[in-house]
Amino acid sequence: MNINMDNIFIKIRDVRFSRGGRWIFDGVNIDIPRGKVVAIMGPSGTGKTTLLRLIGGQLKPHAGTVEVDGKDISTLSIRDLYRLRKKMGMLFQSGALLTDINVYENVAFPLREHTKLPEVLIQHLVLMKLQAVGLRGAKYLMPSQLSGGMARRVALARALVFDPMMIMYDEPFTGQDPISMGVLVHLIRSINDALGLTSIIVSHDVQETAQIADLIYVISNGKVVSHGTPDAMKNSESAWVKQFINGESDGPVPFHYPASDYIEDLLGGPKC
Amino acid sequence: MLNQLQSLGKVTLGFFERLGRGHIFLVQILATIPSLLLRPNLIVAQVFSIGVLSLSIILVSGLFVGMVLGLQGYNTLVNFGATESLGAVVSLSLVRELGPVLTSLLFAGRAGSALTAEIGLMKATEQLSGMEMMAVNPIKRVVAPRFLGGIISMPLLAAIFSAIGILGGYLLVVQVLGVDSGSYWSQMQDKTDFMADIMNGIIKSIVFGFVVTWIAVYEGYDCTPTAEGVSRATTRTVVHASLATLGLDFLLTALMFSDI
Ligand SMILES: Nc1ncnc2c1ncn2[C@@H]1O[C@H](COP(=O)(O)OP(=O)(O)OP(=O)(O)O)[C@@H](O)[C@H]1O
Ligand SMILES: [Mg+2]
Repeated sequence: MNINMDNIFIKIRDVRFSRGGRWIFDGVNIDIPRGKVVAIMGPSGTGKTTLLRLIGGQLKPHAGTVEVDGKDISTLSIRDLYRLRKKMGMLFQSGALLTDINVYENVAFPLREHTKLPEVLIQHLVLMKLQAVGLRGAKYLMPSQLSGGMARRVALARALVFDPMMIMYDEPFTGQDPISMGVLVHLIRSINDALGLTSIIVSHDVQETAQIADLIYVISNGKVVSHGTPDAMKNSESAWVKQFINGESDGPVPFHYPASDYIEDLLGGPKC
Repeated sequence: MLNQLQSLGKVTLGFFERLGRGHIFLVQILATIPSLLLRPNLIVAQVFSIGVLSLSIILVSGLFVGMVLGLQGYNTLVNFGATESLGAVVSLSLVRELGPVLTSLLFAGRAGSALTAEIGLMKATEQLSGMEMMAVNPIKRVVAPRFLGGIISMPLLAAIFSAIGILGGYLLVVQVLGVDSGSYWSQMQDKTDFMADIMNGIIKSIVFGFVVTWIAVYEGYDCTPTAEGVSRATTRTVVHASLATLGLDFLLTALMFSDI
């Protein structure tokens, strides 16, 4: 697949970001082309969620720049940042539904906050999105009555309801059964193409994500270790990529959070 | 020794840092209020959940405090044959002091703790950051309506507390103990001054409402987003708000009712 590198929607350049004295990103460069589905993969705890928050402007990089649609996020005023965010949808790992209102109102929330649309129109928009994620029948349930997978699908409907230019999905497939997983995978791809969005998917479901992604970035240890089209990744010679795509426990990708020597820790006695 | 000094310094710095953040937070809330006034339904909903739902505890407490005041006053005044001034005793104690102060303490326990826990849990479950990503300012959408709701509710609750307390005093003193009803009301009318007593009581209750709600929403918004963090923040709200109420009450009383 040919990706036109002139038309970059999100440009991440030499980003460094630290948390709790540890560099989570240490010089990361990522290009997200307009109109494509880009997957971000990497071991748990490498900072994928953090990366999405950097793109959304909720966190500021300690060095480097994050540019969305030609604008450097960290130099935007609050007002401009909010204007930009109206065009970004984000699906949180936890769903982040508002717990004091029901499913219907949750999906209607962005519309009610940002528009003065008549009630009929809101109803149509909300029901269409709920139908798309298969939860129209659950519209009067409260978030506490939903399962984790259902909550994430409601959150997906909410992220879509405002017709954004771009959507970030943080682990959309966790907790989905094979059927809803299949539906969601195709939904994400078809929404992207039908509405001309740019999508970023953070996911551990390598096979499913590879089906629909145009481009895959694998990050580990604060760096991009590899990127390319799914086919290129499958045939990659890199030990990192092979290990990650095939889910092997042995290899260069660390399973452990950085720690001191195991034997030393065991023999050192309790330290408090 | 050096360690103690160090930790003292740390505590002091922490205190001033929190104080500073609290004030910045207040400015951020106040800045959103003009645009919030265009959506009065958000405020009304909060007046309901903060104010109306606190009514029962305020009514019951007010009634009993009024009756106790009447009883205690009667036991003392009956020795001097001055029971007809009970009306003034009950109303002045309630309107000047007990109404605003007790309401504020109850308000901190009933509504303040609920506000902190609610906002803190919204933070812990990423609802606030979810709103931010939907380009909705959580300070405007979540915090400011609760802040205004608290400020509106508190003086009304204090007024209701005083009114029901006066009624409770009447029931006990007149109906039970047999003091003349006419002198209960006329003494009250005679001795209670609108500007000096009632207005000052109202000012107190507005100040308490402001401070208690401010502490409550700040603690919720600033808490560590975990179960433990929320529970600590809730405790802090009740403790700090109660202490602030009592301290401010002393200050305001000294300013309002002393001629020094
Ligand atoms: N508030 C915080 N304070 C300090 N460190 C944090 C904080 N939040 C996250 N981290 C650290 O940042 C790192 C990246 O976290 P992040 O949530 O971005 O991981 P992730 O890649 O999304 O993982 P997962 O796949 O499990 O969701 C983790 O190692 C975590 O320890
Ligand atoms: Mg994550």
